[in-house]
Amino acid sequence: MIEVRGLHLRYGGVAALDGVDLALRAGEFVALLGASGSGKTTLLRSLAGLEFPDAGQVLIEGRDMAAVPARERGVGFVFQNYALFRHMTVFENIAFGLRIRPRGQRPGRTEIARRVEELLALVRLPGMGERHPDQLSGGQRQRVALARALAIEPRVLLLDEPFGALDAKVRKELRHWLRGLHDRLGLTSLFVTHDQDEALELADRVAVMRDGRVVQFDTPEALLAAPADAGVAGFLGDAVPVDCVVREGRAWFEGLPPVEVAGVKGGKAVAFLRPVDLLAEAGAGEARVAAARQDGRGVRLTVEVAGMLLEATPTPGWAPRRGEACRVTVLAARVFPA
Amino acid sequence: MRRRSALPGLGLALGVTWLWLGLIVLVPLAALVLRPWELGLAGVWASVTEPRVVAALGLSFGAALGAALVDLPLGLLIAWVVVRYRFPGRRVLDAAIDLPFALPTAVAGLALTALYAPNGWLGAPLAAMGVTVAFTPLGVAVALAFVGLPFVVRMVEPVLRDLGPEAEEAAAVLGATRWQAWRRVVLPALGPALVSGVALAFARAVGEYGSVIFIAGNRPMESEIAPLLIVARLEQYDYAGAAALGLAMLLLSFAFLLVFGVMQRRLRRGVM
Repeated sequence: MIEVRGLHLRYGGVAALDGVDLALRAGEFVALLGASGSGKTTLLRSLAGLEFPDAGQVLIEGRDMAAVPARERGVGFVFQNYALFRHMTVFENIAFGLRIRPRGQRPGRTEIARRVEELLALVRLPGMGERHPDQLSGGQRQRVALARALAIEPRVLLLDEPFGALDAKVRKELRHWLRGLHDRLGLTSLFVTHDQDEALELADRVAVMRDGRVVQFDTPEALLAAPADAGVAGFLGDAVPVDCVVREGRAWFEGLPPVEVAGVKGGKAVAFLRPVDLLAEAGAGEARVAAARQDGRGVRLTVEVAGMLLEATPTPGWAPRRGEACRVTVLAARVFPA
Repeated sequence: MRRRSALPGLGLALGVTWLWLGLIVLVPLAALVLRPWELGLAGVWASVTEPRVVAALGLSFGAALGAALVDLPLGLLIAWVVVRYRFPGRRVLDAAIDLPFALPTAVAGLALTALYAPNGWLGAPLAAMGVTVAFTPLGVAVALAFVGLPFVVRMVEPVLRDLGPEAEEAAAVLGATRWQAWRRVVLPALGPALVSGVALAFARAVGEYGSVIFIAGNRPMESEIAPLLIVARLEQYDYAGAAALGLAMLLLSFAFLLVFGVMQRRLRRGVM
C-alpha cells in the first residue's frame, strides 16, 4: 500500500532521513514513534510530497511518487497545528478540496453541501459549519482538520502529531475515536507521535525511529517483548536501565535476585526493568518501600534497592506503607551487553 | 458607579491621548478648515475649481492612486521574498526596504531625476524607446511609488509571516494548484493588510512634496502637483487661497481613506 525504500534526505549537511525502509499493508494503522529530531515528521512529509528526498523511492499503491506533486497524490494530511484556513468558515474549509477540483470532476453545489454535512456529522460537529476556526476549541479544530483531509476521499491518511496540542482527557477520547474512524473507513493510516503510550495503544504496528532511520518496525507486543536494541528498550514501557552481570544464562544484580536471560553473551550488561517486571511482596528483604500512591489503576509503588529507586508491582492484597521492608522478585528483563 | 478594571488608568491615558491628538492634529486641521472662509463660499469654490487647480488635484490624486496600485504587487512580492526565502543578503535587503523612509525626500527626488532624466542611466534607454519619465505625470507616479513602497511591504510582512507556509501546504495536499492556493488561501488572508498598506502608501503619496517637485518639472496643467500649487499661493501671500486648496485636499483624502477603510472592513469580515 505504502512503501518506502532507502529514503535519504539531507538538510544542509545534516541527514534528516538516513536510509528509511518501511512498508505498510492496506488497512493498517501505523505509528511513527521517535524523539524530536528523529526524522519522523520529515518522513511523513516526504510521503505527502511536501519534502523532496535526495535518494530512494516512495510508492503509494505500487506507483512511484517521485514525479507526482503533492496535489496529485490524493493523500489526506493532518498538520500538527491543523493549518486550517482562518479566513474561511468550517464549512468552506472542509469543502475546499472539492471546490478546487477541475470543472469536470467537481461535484455540484448541493452535492458539496451534502458531503460537507456528512463529514461534519462524521467528526461529530454537526451544525458547526458556519463557525470560524478561531471560535472552536483545540479538539474541535483537530476534527475539522480531519474532516477537511477526508473530504477528498483519500485512501491514505497521514497525521503529524495529531493529538500533540490537546489536553490529556480530550486526547484520550480522540485517540479511540480516530482508531474507530480508521477502521470504519478502511483507511491506511500513518501517524507521527513522540508519545509511546499513544503509539502502543493505538497502532497495529509501530515504527521506532532514531537518527533518521527506522530501528524497529513491529507490533506493540513484539516491541515490548523483544526490543531490537538498548535504545528501543529504554524508550518503551517506562523501562529503567540497571547494571548487571550475565553469567551462566542468568543476569545478576546488586540487591536483586537473578533472572534467567537467554541468548545474551556473558559479561557486563544493562538490564531494562519495567514496573511490571518487578514483583514486590511484604516480608523481610533487601528492599524498602520508598513511596506508595494509590491511583485509578492501582497502587504505584516505588522501592529502594541497593541505592536505586525502581517502580515495582505490589502483590495483590498487600497495602504497602512507606518505609516498610519488602522482597522484590525480577520476573523478566531485557538485557543488552554494556 | 465606576467599574473596577484590572487595567487601570483609562481616564488619564484617554485624557493625555486627546490632549496630544488635539495639539498636534486637530487644532492645525481646525485652523485649516476655518481659514479659507474669508473668501466667502463662492470665493472658495472659485479658488478650488480653477482649471489649473483641478488639473493639479487630478494629477496628485491620480498619480498617488496609480503609485499605490503599483506598490501593491511590488510590495507583496518583496514581503514574500523576505519572509519565505533564506538567501545571502536577506538582512541587507530587509533594511534597504525602509530607506525611502529615512532619506530626505529632496535627495530622493534629485536622485530619481538624475536617473530618469533624458540623459540619465534609465532615462536614456527609455527615451530611446519613446518613453519620457522625467518632467511628465509618469515621473510623478514613479516618485510616489518610490516613497510609498515601504508601507505595503511593512504592512504585509507580519501577516504573511503569521500565515506561515502550512496553509499553502495544506491547500496543495488538498489538490490545489499554486495559483488556486494563492487565489483562495494566501490573498484572502493578506487582503486587509494589503488594503492598509495601499491606503498608507496612497496617503503618503498625496501629501508628498520634496521627492516629486524635481522629477515633475512642474508644468502647469500637465505635471504640477497640488502641494506645489499650495506653496505657490503661499509665496504670493494668498493664505486663504492656499488654505482653500489645502481643505480640498483634506476632504478628498478623507473620502479616499474612508473608501479604503470600508474595503478593509469588508475583507476582514471573513477573517474575524
